[in-house]
Amino acid sequence: MTAVDPTTRHEVAAIRVTSGGLSQDIRAIKVVMAREWIRFRQDKIRIVSALVQPVVFIFVLGTGLSSITDQGESGLDFRTFMFPGVLATSVLFTAVFSAMSIVWDREFGFLREMLVAPVRRSSIIIGKALGGALVATLQGLLVLVFGPLVNVPLHPVMIAVLTVQIFLLSFTLCAMGLVLAARIQQMQTMMGIMQMVLLPLSFLSGALYPINNLPTWLHTLVMINPVTYAVHAVRTTMFGYIDAPEAAKAALNPPLTWNGWEVPMLAQLGVVIVLGVVLLAIAAKQFEKAE
Amino acid sequence: MSAPYLDPSTCAVEVEHLAKHYGDFEAVRGIDFTVGVGETFGFLGPNGAGKSTTIKMLCTLVTPTSGTARVAGHDIVSERAQVRRNIGLVFQDTTLDTYLSAAQNLRFHADLYDLPKHLVDERMRQVLEMVGLWDRKDHKVDTFSGGMKRRLEIARGLMHSPRVLFLDEPTVGLDPQTRSSIWGYIAELRQQEQITIFLTTHYMDEAEHCDRIAIMDSGELKVLDTPESLKAGVGTDRIQIATADDDAAVVALAERFGIEAVRSEGAVTINVAEGERFVPRLFAELGIPILSVSVARPTLDDVFMSITGRTIRDAEASAGDRFRAATAGFRGASR
Repeated sequence: MTAVDPTTRHEVAAIRVTSGGLSQDIRAIKVVMAREWIRFRQDKIRIVSALVQPVVFIFVLGTGLSSITDQGESGLDFRTFMFPGVLATSVLFTAVFSAMSIVWDREFGFLREMLVAPVRRSSIIIGKALGGALVATLQGLLVLVFGPLVNVPLHPVMIAVLTVQIFLLSFTLCAMGLVLAARIQQMQTMMGIMQMVLLPLSFLSGALYPINNLPTWLHTLVMINPVTYAVHAVRTTMFGYIDAPEAAKAALNPPLTWNGWEVPMLAQLGVVIVLGVVLLAIAAKQFEKAE
Repeated sequence: MSAPYLDPSTCAVEVEHLAKHYGDFEAVRGIDFTVGVGETFGFLGPNGAGKSTTIKMLCTLVTPTSGTARVAGHDIVSERAQVRRNIGLVFQDTTLDTYLSAAQNLRFHADLYDLPKHLVDERMRQVLEMVGLWDRKDHKVDTFSGGMKRRLEIARGLMHSPRVLFLDEPTVGLDPQTRSSIWGYIAELRQQEQITIFLTTHYMDEAEHCDRIAIMDSGELKVLDTPESLKAGVGTDRIQIATADDDAAVVALAERFGIEAVRSEGAVTINVAEGERFVPRLFAELGIPILSVSVARPTLDDVFMSITGRTIRDAEASAGDRFRAATAGFRGASR
């Protein structure tokens, strides 16, 4: 064995990983987020295909459904009604897909690189959730560009408020995606679960139809779906900026009520945030246990 | 050979009565050993011997059932983060993000390991130049060959200047040229950085590069010594014969010579002292036509065989299905 020269030893010893602490966790969160962003940015096809879905929903499904709704009487285009719901659905898909890409990371080994690092696993999970939320929010804002085509003006204040709302929704959905992904080993399983979870979440959120006059069972399901609260908040924000009769707005966007109490927007967003934090804590716990 | 690792105060890895049970199955049955600072330590054994479980315990990925171990001076259970900070890991399966460039993978690692920011660029250049990938740093990893990916993994494992580098089958699946270049990097590593290398391999010729070798079987540490001593310990030459009737040959060897023969790889293998002198007797007295014969000085293969009763290739083949099942289970259970 070759004797080691003590001088080179000193040079090498100069790089020593520091002893942890909050700044280290923040750095880990940031780099995990940055990776989500880089991967999203590089995947142009994914961005474009994620824009196809809302276009089909609004201009194909929306136009088709407009012919059977009484838009002439209400004075509010059905596509305008659908727009916030379609936007939320697009965010829903992007967010859950981003979070569940951790299954992909697991299958291709990269998750292990993250899990063996000397950082708290919760940092990695938080980074993944925030990164996914960032990506989904951007996707939502890209959909928003279609707004003027369905009479939703791009008012700067509206965009700012929507950005916050979409981000909160994205964050909660990412946390949910991570909880689902924690026990899934294969991409195929993940695809199946996504189909099973995403469509009900979207269809039961009032994204595509008004939620008044629903049968009780359906109304109950809608009210326990957290996405409902985000969709309602997004729609209420948009309706504040569109030009349509108040009666039509009220008919298509009735207030959400708990036992007759009208849930204010801040409380709706509160529901979303609290749920997101709880789900994230569960996800972190699950990944803490994984090898 | 200088042996700095004989000083117990500079142990890079210290293992005491380390054991891991999965239900009734004792994967590792209370093993003890130490690895010195700067040593290249080969960890061998058939699949299912408990090697991987031991490595995973040392890397803090699996919690031991009993016993203790210290890696780079830190306890693998109570000081998990410190252990992780001081070890580099290169697994058999790739753990790179193939959608990122080589540099992006290394930067990600640097951030996760909280490397001082001003050192990142310099260190990245150092490790990438060492494995000959500096000019490819901005290429996406999915354009890399298997050998380049493995080199990049080694570079990444070194980014944070670990005290101990764990290499799990660093050369498996690579062509001979890449294998030898990887051994070149490993040799360079021990020259340039006082790093301890803990590796597993199935290639016995590569195990010769190690300062010391440990062989595990059935969850126990069977031997631990330098390759030279291990080979000398075998003390016999290996004679392989192919005969017209191998079964009869095994019986005849036992009856006429009192030698226990082993059948493997389609041949009958016996170990005797002074092989060249034994061959003429064998031809004269066996009574079964011999089709071919070979005599070999002891190699690490023979050491392995005398300890585990199998050649490493036999161990591979018989364990093949089990291994695949275990890998599938491992992927399933642990990632």
